[in-house]
Amino acid sequence: MTQLPGLLDTEALRKDFPILDRQVHDGQKLVYLDNAATSQKPRQVLDALSEYYERYNANVHRGVHVLAEEATALYEGARDKVAEFINAPSRDEVIFTKNASESLNLVANMLGWADEPYRVDSETEIVITEMEHHSNIVPWQLLAQRTGAKLKWFGLTDDGRLDLSNIDQVITEKTKIVSFVLVSNILGTQNPVEAIVRRAQEVGALVCVDASQAAPHMPLDVQALQADFVAFTGHKMCGPTGIGVLWGRQELLEDLPPFLGGGEMIETVSMHSSTYAPAPHKFEAGTPPIAQAVGLGAAIDYLNSIGMDKIFAHEHALTEYAVKRLLEVPDIRIIGPTTAEERGAAISFTLGDIHPHDVGQVLDEQGIAVRVGHHCARPVCLRYGIPATTRASFYLYSTPAEIDALVDGLEHVRNFFG
Amino acid sequence: MYQEVILDHYKHPHGRGLRDGDAEVHHVNPTCGDEITLRVKYDGTTIEDVSYEGQGCSISQASASVLNELLVGKDLSDARKIQETFLELMQSKGKLEPDDAMEEILEDAVAFAGVSKYPARVKCALLSWMAWKDATAQVLGGADAEKETTA
Repeated sequence: MTQLPGLLDTEALRKDFPILDRQVHDGQKLVYLDNAATSQKPRQVLDALSEYYERYNANVHRGVHVLAEEATALYEGARDKVAEFINAPSRDEVIFTKNASESLNLVANMLGWADEPYRVDSETEIVITEMEHHSNIVPWQLLAQRTGAKLKWFGLTDDGRLDLSNIDQVITEKTKIVSFVLVSNILGTQNPVEAIVRRAQEVGALVCVDASQAAPHMPLDVQALQADFVAFTGHKMCGPTGIGVLWGRQELLEDLPPFLGGGEMIETVSMHSSTYAPAPHKFEAGTPPIAQAVGLGAAIDYLNSIGMDKIFAHEHALTEYAVKRLLEVPDIRIIGPTTAEERGAAISFTLGDIHPHDVGQVLDEQGIAVRVGHHCARPVCLRYGIPATTRASFYLYSTPAEIDALVDGLEHVRNFFG
Repeated sequence: MYQEVILDHYKHPHGRGLRDGDAEVHHVNPTCGDEITLRVKYDGTTIEDVSYEGQGCSISQASASVLNELLVGKDLSDARKIQETFLELMQSKGKLEPDDAMEEILEDAVAFAGVSKYPARVKCALLSWMAWKDATAQVLGGADAEKETTA
């Protein structure tokens, strides 16, 4: 068995994930390499979910009975865990949403309805990048269309990095918001936050970071990032689906207007007007995803028990090994950085002329689960002149043996279609 | 699902390339980026040619090749029957075991029966057939419109 420095004890870890024992297609061992799409869930999270429903289920923030108070304490306790996990200065800066897409849409809508100095209008500009997930493109396109603001973006270099050579022309005095991904879900690229934040601060623009592919995989410190907003989702970090996070700087959350109105987000309501609860509740209209927040809290406990720095080291070692092994496969073209430096554990590639759908299908027949398609980042495929890619992505329970299985699987794909 | 017949059509496609036509359509499968540009040429109600150019997975490309082989030279009513039978097979979710009658109608296209078990791939198999249906409707729609204007 391949031993790499920095690997976690996956043999022990994998026992926490019941699904990893599954066999598919009549006895093939499951090799799950689609972690950038969603992670698997450890027993500890599954137990927290069922325990919540079996013992504490009630609506939050409104009852005076025991269950309501306990459910509220669990829900708000999950907020504390998230705040600590991302080193937020205050727990009131953590807004629960349903996923990262909702978090990003929330920022776009806050700015669309804001007063000066935050307001995005026809005199102003929005900046994104060509490597964004559709969830960090479309909300800004919508905002631009509705306000008349100009949408600009950073292009990509041939080796899958952001092209910041024209940063002073892209981010200008007119820029109100710069929104970019910390780690790309398709290229794997980890972006240089500091350079972008410095330029944004120079011109007084806000910065929003999509950390969906970073929060599960590396220590995340929102204060070190110096961003104004950070978005991520729970289901990619061992948590359940239906729970996402938007972190925002407190003074911004105080100043910016709510987007969704409803129960929970108000202070007083009359038939003529309403006043709003302070953040984060101002941005959490309606019954929130309570069990899901509790599940996310349990996921954070689980990740902390292993250590985010150790998880990062594990994935870095795996990525280094995977890049090396994949480049041994004839006709392979990695779309994105071909070294493990400044890169996450999602690796996209093409295999000669074989369409990714065929690659994925024949891998699946061998029990290997990868993602194929444009990965909700179609502009990246257009940029590199390809219809789609095959993507393998790793997590804390992934092993070198699974990478070997992928490489052998690709060899089989080549023979099959060759 | 990858029957020999399918791989054979994928590697050696019939009638590939764009030639003269009465109508042209461009269809895409947004989930995976399969694309096809397809032209139809009619001689009265006889299909004189179906020409196409595209990119995509083996299923989508082989399906276009089979379509060309099956439909060119057929009368429109026979072609429609083939198209409807193929659609029925592909929408069967793997539950339909093609009988002799179906095999006689579909010929090589019967090899796609296994694809119908994979919901994500059914659209790949149907891409060219939907494009053909659309292009044919355009030709006939155009002819109808012409009739109306000359009437």
